[in-house]
Formats: sequence, structure tokens, C-alpha cells
Amino acid sequence: MTNFHISGEAIDVSALARRLADARAGACATFEGWVRDHNEGRGVKRLDYQAYVPLAQAEGERILAEARARYAIVGALCVHRTGALAIGDLAVWVGVSAAHRGAAFDACRYIIDEVKKRVPIWKNEHYADGESGWLHPNNTPVE
Amino acid sequence: MTYRVLYFATLRDQAGRDEESIVSDAADVSAFYEELRGRHGFSMPREKLRVAVNGEFAGWDRALRDGDEVVFIPPVSGG
Repeated sequence: MTNFHISGEAIDVSALARRLADARAGACATFEGWVRDHNEGRGVKRLDYQAYVPLAQAEGERILAEARARYAIVGALCVHRTGALAIGDLAVWVGVSAAHRGAAFDACRYIIDEVKKRVPIWKNEHYADGESGWLHPNNTPVE
Repeated sequence: MTYRVLYFATLRDQAGRDEESIVSDAADVSAFYEELRGRHGFSMPREKLRVAVNGEFAGWDRALRDGDEVVFIPPVSGG
């Protein structure tokens, strides 16, 4: 299994955590992105994610390699969902192991921030009023 | 030449399809996007898009070859 993965199915967090386990690691920082029920003042009922999978996986792997080069970490994994998600579903998971907590927190933050900026994944929000729309990286509508 | 195009997000909605093969005289991705804008009425200006050719990011001046797979990448919103 790759370190960065686009998944059309629910993310198995406990399997990912087991993959991070390492005798050299004294810290593990994880980030979970969940589907919330509102954005920019509008009620959200559900989301759809699309991804350009080959490029998303290549760009995601590049981000994880950058994190390993920039921070003193042991392991880094990330999985991002595609398809239809409901409120409360896990949309993205990042996990980093390191000897010490500082590098683990910093690398985890770096990875999620870069994924949101660079990886070709698109979120379509379906609103409570029946409309839907694609979003920019800052969560504002495309048009 | 024949190019394969994949569409995502806003461009997929406006094109009304996920992908298509297009016979075109466009020599580079920039000319090809302008041709597709005319065909599908894409509202998004070039400045907001990135481009990938055959699964890797490419510049707007990238020359195209017969059979290339081209993807115009709208602003992303993962996470």
C-alpha cells in the first residue's frame, strides 16, 4: 500500500495507525478532517469528492516526501476519500510518527495544509436549500 | 491530432461529460483550452487553472502530441 492513498471506501484508521507503529517513535500526531453540516453560513447536507487519481496520488506522495525531508519524523501516511460522504464522515486522515512530538505536530500540519492547496481533489457541497456548488481552496464558491 | 481530455468539478458540469476524445489542430495546451472554451462555454479563465499532460503537471506552452491525455485542473478543494 502506498503512503498517500485516494480511497473510494471508508478509511480504516486503526489499520493506518498500526502501519505507523515503530520502535523509534515516541510520538504520533494525527489529523482527521470530518464532513461538517455548514460552510460560509449555509447548511450542508452532504458532500461529493472527485479526484484526478493518478496525479493526486503522485502529488500526495511528493508532499509526504517533502515532510520527511523537512521534519525529523519516522513515518507519514495520508488517505483522502472520494465519492459521496455524509455529515460526520471521515474525509481525510493524516498520521505522522516521530521521535518527539514537535516534529510530529509540525509535519502533520504541513501535510494537511499542502494537501488542501495542491492535490487535485474537488469538493461539491450539497446545501440544505437544494443547491450545490464546487469550492475554492479557501472554502468560497467557485462562481 | 486526437487528444483525450478528462474533466473535473466545474469543467465536468459545464462540458456535461467526464471525458472525451477530440480531433484538433491545437499545437499546445493553451490553444487547446481556448478551443474547448469555445466548444463548451467554460466560464473559468486560464489564470485560475493548472494543466496536466499524461498524468504530470505541465506548462501552458506545453506542445501536444497525438494521443496525449490532457486535464485542466480547476482550483482544488480537498480536505
